[in-house]
Amino acid sequence: MSPEAREIIANGLWKQNPGIVQLLGLCPLLAISSNVVNALSLGLATTLVMAVASGAVAVVRGYIPHAARIPLFVLIIAALVTVVELLMHAYVLALYVVLGVFLPLITTNCIVLARVEAFASKRSTLHSVLDAVMMGLGLTLVLVVLGAMREIAGKGTLLSGLDLAFGPVAKDWVIHVIPNYQGLLLAILPPGAFIGLGLLIAARNWVMDIQARRANAGGPLGQTV
Amino acid sequence: MKEFRNQILTTAAALLVFSGVGAALLSGTFKITRPAIEQSERSAKMKLVAQTLPAGGFDNDPVKDARPLPADALLGLKFPGQAYLASRHGAAVAVVLEAAAPDGYSGEIRFLVGILPDGRVSGVRVTGHRETPGLGDYIEIGKSPWIRNFDGKSLSNPQPLYWKVRKDGGQFDYMAGATITPRAMVKAVRKALEYFAAHRDELLAPPAPGPAGPSPETTP
Repeated sequence: MSPEAREIIANGLWKQNPGIVQLLGLCPLLAISSNVVNALSLGLATTLVMAVASGAVAVVRGYIPHAARIPLFVLIIAALVTVVELLMHAYVLALYVVLGVFLPLITTNCIVLARVEAFASKRSTLHSVLDAVMMGLGLTLVLVVLGAMREIAGKGTLLSGLDLAFGPVAKDWVIHVIPNYQGLLLAILPPGAFIGLGLLIAARNWVMDIQARRANAGGPLGQTV
Repeated sequence: MKEFRNQILTTAAALLVFSGVGAALLSGTFKITRPAIEQSERSAKMKLVAQTLPAGGFDNDPVKDARPLPADALLGLKFPGQAYLASRHGAAVAVVLEAAAPDGYSGEIRFLVGILPDGRVSGVRVTGHRETPGLGDYIEIGKSPWIRNFDGKSLSNPQPLYWKVRKDGGQFDYMAGATITPRAMVKAVRKALEYFAAHRDELLAPPAPGPAGPSPETTP
C-alpha cells in the first residue's frame, strides 16, 4: 500500500474523522443515531453515495469550470443519489425498505459535498473513491458507536429493528443488554445525540492529549500532534 | 473583456451539458426501473389492503373490485385514488379507502383505511410517508403497533371532540418528540370517516358486473 493511500485511510477513520473531528454531517448524525440498526444503515448508504459521487466527480474534474463547480457538484450528487434510490427501489427492495427514507437525506449531507470539493475535484479517481469510502466508514463508525450508546441508555437493547431487513426471524436477535429496563427517553431524543456526541469528541480529545504528552515526554524535541 | 466573455460562455456551456446529461440519466433510470417499482408497490399494496380488513371475513379480490375515488378534500388526495371493496357471498363487508394526511411533519402521509358498513374502522395502514426516521415513523406497523389505536373507532366513538391526540385533549396516544405526525393522522382518519359517511351507499354498492369479474352467485 502506498503511503498516500495509508494517509487517506488514517485521515478518514481517525485524524480527520467527519463525525467527531470535522463535525460535518451532524444533521443525520443526530436524527438517525437513536439505535444501532438505523445508524449502520445510514452510515453504509452514505458511504455508497460518497464513493459514487467522489468517483464521478474525479472522472469529470477536468471539465468543470471553477466558477460553477459547487452547483455542478450538487447537481452530480443529487442526480446520483436519485439514481441509486431508484435502482434500490426496483431491484433490492429489502434494502430499500430499510434505507429508503434515509437516501434523499444524504443529498443534503454536507460531508458528501465537502469531500467532493476538498478531495475528489483535485485528485486521481482511485484515491478519490478510497477517500470517500474511508470518510464514509469513519462516519459509520461514529454513528454506530453513538447509536449503541443511545440505544443501550435509552431502551436497554441492541440491534432492535433488525426484523425490518431480515423478517420476523430477526426479532429474536435483539440483545437485551439490561433486562427489564425502564428506558431513558432523554437518550433517544435529540438532546441524547448531542450529549453522546459530546462524550465521543471528549474521549477522542483525551486520547489525543495522552498521545501528545507521551510524545513530549519521549524527547526534548518532541512535538504536540 | 473577451476573456471574461469566454469564461461566462464556458461556464454556461458546462452547466447546460451537465444538466442535460443529469436529466437524461435520471429519466433513463426512471424508465428502466418504473415497471419493477410499480410491481413491487402493487404487491405491497395488496398485502396492506388485506391487513386493513377483518381477517378471513371476505372471499373476493378487493384489488380487482376496486373503483376510482375522486381527489376529494376530505380524503386529502391530490390525485384520484381507489376504493377497494371487500365482500363475502356478494355482500359488502368493508371498503378500503386510499387517503392522505396532507399536514405531516414532512409532507403528506398516504394511508389505507378499512371501514365496516356500520362506520367502524377495521384497520389503518400507512403506505407512504417521509416522517423523520426513528422519531415520527412509529405510524408504520413495522415500527410500532400505534396505528392499531384506530381499530374499532368510529365517528361516534370517541365523540368528535375527542378525535385528537391526548396532548390536545383527545383520546389518542402519541409518542413524545413527535406530535405533529399522529395529530395529522388522527385528523385525516376522521375526515376519511366523514367522507365514508357522506358516500356510504355508493362506496358499498356491489361492483358493476363486468365480463371479467365473476358474478356473486358463481363465487364459491
